[in-house]
Amino acid sequence: MNLKKKIFKFFLIIYFISTHSTNSLSLEPKDFVQSIVDQASQILSKSYSKEEKIAKLKLIAKENVDIKGIGFYSLGSHRKSLSDDKKKEYIDIFEQYFLKSFSSRLAEYTDPKIEVNDQEKLNEKYTMVSSVLLATKDKPQIKIDWRIITKNPDKPLIIDVVIEGVSLAKVQKEEFNSTIQTNDGDINSLLFSLKEFVNK
Amino acid sequence: MKKIILTFLITISLLFSAHAGSESENSLSGKKNTNPKDCFEKVNRATFAFNNGLDKVIFKPVAKLYRQLPSPARTGLGNMLNNLSNLTTIPNNILQGSLDTAGTNLARFGLNSTVGILGIFDVASSVGFPEYIKEDYGQTFGTMGFGEGCYVVLPVLGPSTVRDVAGTVISFVGGDPWYNVTVKNDTQYFTESDYYVSRITGGVDFRAKNLETLENLENNAIDFYASVRSLYIQDRKQKIINSKKIIDTQNDSDWEEIDTE
Repeated sequence: MNLKKKIFKFFLIIYFISTHSTNSLSLEPKDFVQSIVDQASQILSKSYSKEEKIAKLKLIAKENVDIKGIGFYSLGSHRKSLSDDKKKEYIDIFEQYFLKSFSSRLAEYTDPKIEVNDQEKLNEKYTMVSSVLLATKDKPQIKIDWRIITKNPDKPLIIDVVIEGVSLAKVQKEEFNSTIQTNDGDINSLLFSLKEFVNK
Repeated sequence: MKKIILTFLITISLLFSAHAGSESENSLSGKKNTNPKDCFEKVNRATFAFNNGLDKVIFKPVAKLYRQLPSPARTGLGNMLNNLSNLTTIPNNILQGSLDTAGTNLARFGLNSTVGILGIFDVASSVGFPEYIKEDYGQTFGTMGFGEGCYVVLPVLGPSTVRDVAGTVISFVGGDPWYNVTVKNDTQYFTESDYYVSRITGGVDFRAKNLETLENLENNAIDFYASVRSLYIQDRKQKIINSKKIIDTQNDSDWEEIDTE
């Protein structure tokens, strides 16, 4: 009986430890966005060269953005007709395209002030985090929402940025679709355009 | 007679667009088109290229010069233009059934035009009025359930849709009080040039506020035309919804697709 109790206690302790450690590891999407914003802000406000800033921003993106997810989303239904080899080729070039495009867009900003305000859980997989880019003397305040994929709560990832209601992932999806459609549905036209962008 | 023709054209164009969503079906090819309905894409692309050229030669340099104005001067001009836009926003608030907002905007217009010296100072915001949200007839048609119809690029004026063009026409046939007292009717207080100057300044102000954003977008686009089209259509949808929620410009099922990987 005593042994039974001991075993029960042991499992109870294990359960509590595991539950507690999971909770302490999981990161709230709002805090996750805040930490990325802080990191990016720090890089942009320092006197690095543009190339150095781009390199550092690329590292942040690689670590915190679901680049593969955005890549497949951007391809839309065309993804379904691709062979595995073609998918791999696309994702490889997309990652290079994304990192170049993302970091060069951000590198234009100097010390952006972003306030992270709130978060709203859409479902088990997605949470939206809202923030504002504070106004400067040249630009008005801009509302920025972040779609965070929380399938793995310990490792949330950014999958879309919505600026004043405009989803950048959706813009990209329509842009890619347009490129493919104007070339009679040929995915190679998109791959060619992406390679051209990466190499320019 | 002119009015009858215009009314007829608006009715036809709205009926034409009433059931046209952005996810369209190409009836000739039977192919599902996931792009917004771009019925005149070839002409649109040509007009877009023309506008882009015009922008590089005229609008962008002017916007850069405008940026050189002291910040308070630009803010004052922006405030004046916003204040004038109340004249179109208020009737649209009423048409959309937002009578409270119409009343607030009327009070805002009165306060800013008098205490705020012709709208130069946004006194209303300083004393705690809610955030001002512009409305136009295109948005009102949207709230009434009319689809956006085909996407069109207008020479000089830029991106629009059949629904928004119909909305603009309404402004010119009596829907815009500012147009009525400047261009349409010969009042002794305003001249036609007041209207055109305000419209051109509004365009330059918008361009100046978006100099880097548009340059950035163009430099990083695979297809700049398609990017602008998507931006315009998403932005209009958001303005029609008038949602303060942190989501929902898009259908969540869009994202479910990627989960099948």
